[in-house]
Amino acid sequence: MAKTAPEASHQRRNFFYLFFILLIIWLALTSSFHWQEFSVGILLSLILSLILSKNYLKLGLPPISLKRIAFSIAFTIVLFIEIVKANLDVAYRVIHPKMPIKPGIVVIKTTLKQDIAKMILANSITLTPGTFTLDILGDTLLIHWINVQSENMDEATKIIGERFEKYLRVIFS
Amino acid sequence: MDVFGVAITGVGIIFLFLGNFGVLRLPDVYNRIQAGTKCTTLGAFLTIVGVGIMEPAWLWKALLIALFVLVTNPISSHAIARASRKSGVSLCDRSVVDKTKDFEEFREKT
Repeated sequence: MAKTAPEASHQRRNFFYLFFILLIIWLALTSSFHWQEFSVGILLSLILSLILSKNYLKLGLPPISLKRIAFSIAFTIVLFIEIVKANLDVAYRVIHPKMPIKPGIVVIKTTLKQDIAKMILANSITLTPGTFTLDILGDTLLIHWINVQSENMDEATKIIGERFEKYLRVIFS
Repeated sequence: MDVFGVAITGVGIIFLFLGNFGVLRLPDVYNRIQAGTKCTTLGAFLTIVGVGIMEPAWLWKALLIALFVLVTNPISSHAIARASRKSGVSLCDRSVVDKTKDFEEFREKT
């Protein structure tokens, strides 16, 4: 079966990603650098990533680069800050005797193309203050918002999605 | 180190408690899921990491479990929310806007 050049390089990339992720999980689970455990881990990761790397082609993971790594780290930090903010926000709304909520369902748009990028965006929105992804279709997301600030689609997109999207756009460009 | 771990676990438990409190107080399914997702994510995360800090031998395993919770929690609550929307659970009276119709029209167009 002949393969085109880009497809083969995609598969090689997926193979390396999967190999390193499996190896890190193995190291975290065994928590030891003893050569016997380490070599079994390398062997298992190699076999699994050889078998499974084809299945990850449709995710369309981008090639690795310094800029992407830097943006991924920045994205993780922003996500953690937003998670803490989300918790304090919900705690405030729950404890407050009058419950200052103003719930509603709004629609936002995303410019991201890959499914994996959209999934990360939707999950990040779920974890951030007061917003929650109900459904996704193409480039449109249905969002439940506990404190609606704007019913307009473009404004809502700016308030909810933009803080993550600017990182994801660079990572998956 | 023990005290630090206990403190982190304690903060996690406070967030879990607030999440439960929110599930009791908020008016409808969607708002309850909001409280449920957010507080359980950080609460479970901090509790597990705190246990990892108390027992340094478990730290890496605990971090792995915490990461797993962090990744899967939004997906499971998204599935619950989507299912309740499909089965026609309505919003509470205090809701100000509902764009579900726009979304369904868009679905029919494509």
